[in-house]
Amino acid sequence: MTTPTAAAEGGVGQPTGGACAVRLSGITKRFPGVVANSDVHLSVAPGEVHALCGENGAGKSTLMKILYGMQNPDEGTIEVNGEQVHFRSPSDAIRAGIGMVHQHFMLADNLTVLENVVLGAESLHGIGGKARARIAELAGRTGLNVSPDQPVEDLGVADRQRVEILKVLYRGAKIIILDEPTAVLVPQEVDELFETLRGMKEQGYTFLFISHKLDEVRDIADSVTVIRRGTTVGSADPKKISSRQLAEMMVGSELPSPETRDSTVTDRDVLVVEDVRLCSLGADRPVLDDISLTVRAGEVLGIAGVEGNGQTELVETIMGIRRADAGHIRLGGADLTGLGTLARREAGIGYVPEDRHRHGLLLTQSLWANRILGYQTRRPTAKGAWLDIEGAKADTRRIVEEFDVRTPGIEVAAAALSGGNQQKLVVGRELSGNPKLLIASHPTRGVDVGAQAVIWDQIRAARAAGLAVLLISADLDELIGLSDTIKVMLRGRLVADADPATVTPEQLGSAMTGAAGEGDEE
Amino acid sequence: MKLNLRSVVLPPVLAVAFAALLCGLALLLSGANPFTAFGAMVAEVGEGTAAVDIINGGATYYLIALAVAIGFQMKLFNIGVEGQYRIAAVTAMIVGGAITLPPGLHALVIMLVAIVAGALYAAIPALLKAYRGVSEVISTIMLNAIALGVVAFLLKPDVFGELRANSLTTGELPESAHVPGIPLGAAGTIFGLGLLSVVAGVGYWVLMNRTRFGFELRASGESATAATAGGVNAKRMIIAAMLISGAIAGLTALPELLGRDHTFTQNFPQGYGFSGIAIALLGRNHAGGIAFGALLWAFLDRSALALDNIGVPKEIVTIMQGAIVLSVVVAYEIVRRMQLAAEQRRVGQQLGTTNGNGADRQPAATSAGGGAE
Repeated sequence: MTTPTAAAEGGVGQPTGGACAVRLSGITKRFPGVVANSDVHLSVAPGEVHALCGENGAGKSTLMKILYGMQNPDEGTIEVNGEQVHFRSPSDAIRAGIGMVHQHFMLADNLTVLENVVLGAESLHGIGGKARARIAELAGRTGLNVSPDQPVEDLGVADRQRVEILKVLYRGAKIIILDEPTAVLVPQEVDELFETLRGMKEQGYTFLFISHKLDEVRDIADSVTVIRRGTTVGSADPKKISSRQLAEMMVGSELPSPETRDSTVTDRDVLVVEDVRLCSLGADRPVLDDISLTVRAGEVLGIAGVEGNGQTELVETIMGIRRADAGHIRLGGADLTGLGTLARREAGIGYVPEDRHRHGLLLTQSLWANRILGYQTRRPTAKGAWLDIEGAKADTRRIVEEFDVRTPGIEVAAAALSGGNQQKLVVGRELSGNPKLLIASHPTRGVDVGAQAVIWDQIRAARAAGLAVLLISADLDELIGLSDTIKVMLRGRLVADADPATVTPEQLGSAMTGAAGEGDEE
Repeated sequence: MKLNLRSVVLPPVLAVAFAALLCGLALLLSGANPFTAFGAMVAEVGEGTAAVDIINGGATYYLIALAVAIGFQMKLFNIGVEGQYRIAAVTAMIVGGAITLPPGLHALVIMLVAIVAGALYAAIPALLKAYRGVSEVISTIMLNAIALGVVAFLLKPDVFGELRANSLTTGELPESAHVPGIPLGAAGTIFGLGLLSVVAGVGYWVLMNRTRFGFELRASGESATAATAGGVNAKRMIIAAMLISGAIAGLTALPELLGRDHTFTQNFPQGYGFSGIAIALLGRNHAGGIAFGALLWAFLDRSALALDNIGVPKEIVTIMQGAIVLSVVVAYEIVRRMQLAAEQRRVGQQLGTTNGNGADRQPAATSAGGGAE
């Protein structure tokens, strides 16, 4: 077995001549699911940043799991630095000098930076002085400027990401897979990350950069490969291609856009949230600090914010899943403050939760059973204490039809659908029964472009018909495109308003991190 | 439907076959001939009152297993059915012996008392779980131990008990409280209240599959978070499920008590509750599956006698019961996973070939520049 030390010597790339750092040929992976990889070809030159683009669900993640040894391909070959390899597990891939930084960090919060980096790789440099020296040496490369003895829980998102990169460098990686590294960062942090990547590229590291954010891809990548429906559709030079052309390669057709221009905002208040405060045990500041907002009929109110600043809690408080410690919530004049979730739903709130698997669906149950969830007291899915199964089935068929849910039938389990189709089902359900208010948390997260377009269209149509929408999204383009008003949430407070007609994602990003003064976006 | 049948019938059949294989091995190791043993077990069914005994035992098991299954539907492990049925039985018999009512009504009141007593005893863990987050597994196990003590206390001669034929009892029920059975001559008598199992089974199926309550119960069991977001009140569901479970458990002993014994004695069989847990697992919480499991259990119980007669240790039956439950749990899990994968594949295939969007594999739009090389 190759020892990782060969790669750990320093930043200089191996003189492998014309050989590719990574070459995947004819990779096919049949998988119990909707998207598999078929006949994927990918060549990454040493010392470049190679972007892998594709919509959500196009098969990028599967492909990277194959390269990282987490999945075995059914067909095809993998070559690393010109040699054919077979990875049986990620440790084989690590030995070959491949490292992966996952989208969701895999760090132990209560351990220090040093401990997190060394954890599982104690055999390389021990856990003492040698390890510390090695980490100090590598930390500079990743731009990590925190003490190795600081607990990870004290670090911000950007620093955590650097710790993740440090982890793979420590294990000797020369080829680093970054899975949607910018998804968790605000624009300023993205720029800093790109600076770091450029510096490391100079030192001979090779990056495989997975993203569907095309501007970023064009900014950082030396070459780009586009993957669509599980197969590679072509490579391009990002300097010579426009974002639009790239996007069309990804989608294979015309692009949807979140733009909503004609204002349908009325002066009729639908949701009124007044001075809502939510405290959590053991926290020194309230999770929600005197939140007040109003959503009017025909209006989409967008909430921007870095995740974890109270958006989830706000939504759950409005839904009655959490109980506010103070304040009032009114819907169309009726006070909801003392009511439970079901009563609030019955009062006319539709709820698209941020995590459809955990909060939106009963995965092992049929689509029509899922139609009943949240509507178990109302027609057409129930009559009094009895379920109306025929009614539920009929209405599910309507949703499948209207929302273009791609399914062979309504008897299949929800788990068998792809993410986008699951989400269309959820949105369709929550828009049925004439809600007055729709709360949409990340309504298009993790769904393909086609489903995104359907969901956007439906939200727009409902808005035009007088629906009030509270939209929470990490996708700033979506937020700016769909919203009539944007409020920025930071540490449990609404700190700024923005006008979606004029604000840029960068400005929003500043406000989200608190870099800008309060309210100066107005 | 074909898929459904396979998934429902195949696992238990495989599991029983596998368990029989295991037990055959155990029999061989203990020096007996498995074929003789199995033959004796099956032949026993035709002997004397065996068939009726199996039906009567099955009816009792069915009730208690339904009680467990209701909890299981929402991942609530009511281990306390054992204590609940004993408390309910002894209370119902004491009350039944103390009151005088016309025939029919008398039995009905006893049943009501048993239902209420079982539900009340189950209310303790229910409230603890809903309002204090106490694991129902721990509290019900402890309450089982307490139930034993309470029953022994109630049976003391200076409390409600009566010493008859060397055993403490609740005293003989008056004639008006007896429930006649269905006499089959020499083959025995089927308990009249055995019909209760049929009613409970149908009621259980309707409740689970046709009512809002059943839907909320199953939703809570499948995903507590999704149920909450869908407006299901978790506390209410915990309390309701536990109360219903306790109420059904309370009925468990009545077919025997009102149909044959007419008194609750110290020696009333213990362990129905634990068999009920195993049977609910075996029947996968399905009304029909539990019926099958209950009858199988009663058959195995009965065949222990047959094994004894041919000199095979009857404990082999306990091994067999354990092996069946384990095999069933494993078999179902395997079949479930295979099915989900098959369904996903099927959905993928159908969509890959039938919808318009999958067919638009246009040649790679623009391959501007050969960047990668």
